[in-house]
Amino acid sequence: MNRTIYYTFIGVLLAFLQVFVFDNILFFEYINPFLYIAFVFLFPVRELRFYFLFLAFSLGLFIDIFADSGGIHAFSTLTIAYVRLFFIKLYFRKTPVDYPFFSLQKEPFGKIFNFTVTLTVIHHFILFSLDNFSFQNFSSVILNTLYSSIFTLLLFFLGGFIFIKKQ
Amino acid sequence: MQQLISFIQKYKYLLFFIILQTIGIHLTIKNHSFHKSTFLNSTNFISGNLYEKFANIRDYIHLKDQNQQLVTENIQLKNKIAFLNAIEQTASETVITDSINFNQRYSYSTAKIVKNQYTKSNNILLINKGEAAGIENEMAVFNNKGIIGVTEKTGKKYTRVQSILNKNSGISARLKKGANYFGPLVWDGKDYRKVQLTDIPRQANVKIGDTIVTSGMSTIFPEGILVGTVLTVGDKNSRENKISVQLFNDMSNLRHVYVVKSLHKLEIKTLLNE
Repeated sequence: MNRTIYYTFIGVLLAFLQVFVFDNILFFEYINPFLYIAFVFLFPVRELRFYFLFLAFSLGLFIDIFADSGGIHAFSTLTIAYVRLFFIKLYFRKTPVDYPFFSLQKEPFGKIFNFTVTLTVIHHFILFSLDNFSFQNFSSVILNTLYSSIFTLLLFFLGGFIFIKKQ
Repeated sequence: MQQLISFIQKYKYLLFFIILQTIGIHLTIKNHSFHKSTFLNSTNFISGNLYEKFANIRDYIHLKDQNQQLVTENIQLKNKIAFLNAIEQTASETVITDSINFNQRYSYSTAKIVKNQYTKSNNILLINKGEAAGIENEMAVFNNKGIIGVTEKTGKKYTRVQSILNKNSGISARLKKGANYFGPLVWDGKDYRKVQLTDIPRQANVKIGDTIVTSGMSTIFPEGILVGTVLTVGDKNSRENKISVQLFNDMSNLRHVYVVKSLHKLEIKTLLNE
């Protein structure tokens, strides 16, 4: 329970960071990192799945309220929160027995990399498609997804190296 | 009944996921229709106030630039006064009509931008005045350099402005010199320095470097507010005849704006609807 509260707090912190810092960062004038999805990667995998899905949805909605974007962040964040378990099974080869002991920091870098890249690309693709809201300019959706994913992941791994201690 | 319960038991996470997703997509679609956006936006009390706090800090840092801008504008206005004085003195023998009471078409008020977007495909601004200060929907927003957008939703103390950098935006504009060809200004969502002027007839003589101003054909914008200069002229045989316009305004660097209320709007609208 203690860990749940700790990660909820991290979620709130990431939301405020996103709204007041990362939304103002523009690499090459266009590319905007969405680091708040790190919450979805880091939240512990347990039985509290309703709580996690609801939290992911409200985190997205919070970003949406500040960015005036309707529900696009809520939609895409909830999607990766839902499919996360599938990719944990796929990449880390975990069974439900392992879930209480699963921690992203204890896994090898290569697996973490695959996992985060997949979820980030899914999230960004849904986000930019909904933001575009038409089939015109589809190339710009793909390009935005690519560039933004690179910078989000870069910031995520940099943040990981700086703030998380190696055991 | 048993089966139904076991079904819900089995797919409870999926059902919860679908319910939340439906809310998300509903909010997204609502947000895409003008005037129908829900209460969940940045005009509300908490996010509006937070943005105002941060904008105040930014304000202090940019005091110098803003002063410079105001000084430039003062000079422009002073020149205009001098010019008008000169006209008044030469034409003092004409009949004086009480034009101020009857012919005023627009009233202006000032506001500050507390939130600025220019990288999304549907950009929105937030200004720090709302219904309490007499702001309504569909009022024009611009500054000394050119047009910025149209108010789309008022809160009590804040108002949401649809930027010209928005795919739903379609402000009517025309060429400053020459014939009165006009068409809507649209944005293709790519570069925040450029917008596109469409639907200008083929016979119009458009040259690179021509100035584009608002046409005054809509009830929102006064005539002759600056927009930008013609950058490239599209293929003359295309359906839309797109003209790329370089904006005078740097949309990434905005602070003080004017909000225009059209006093004749009601009359024009009732006439058009009859």
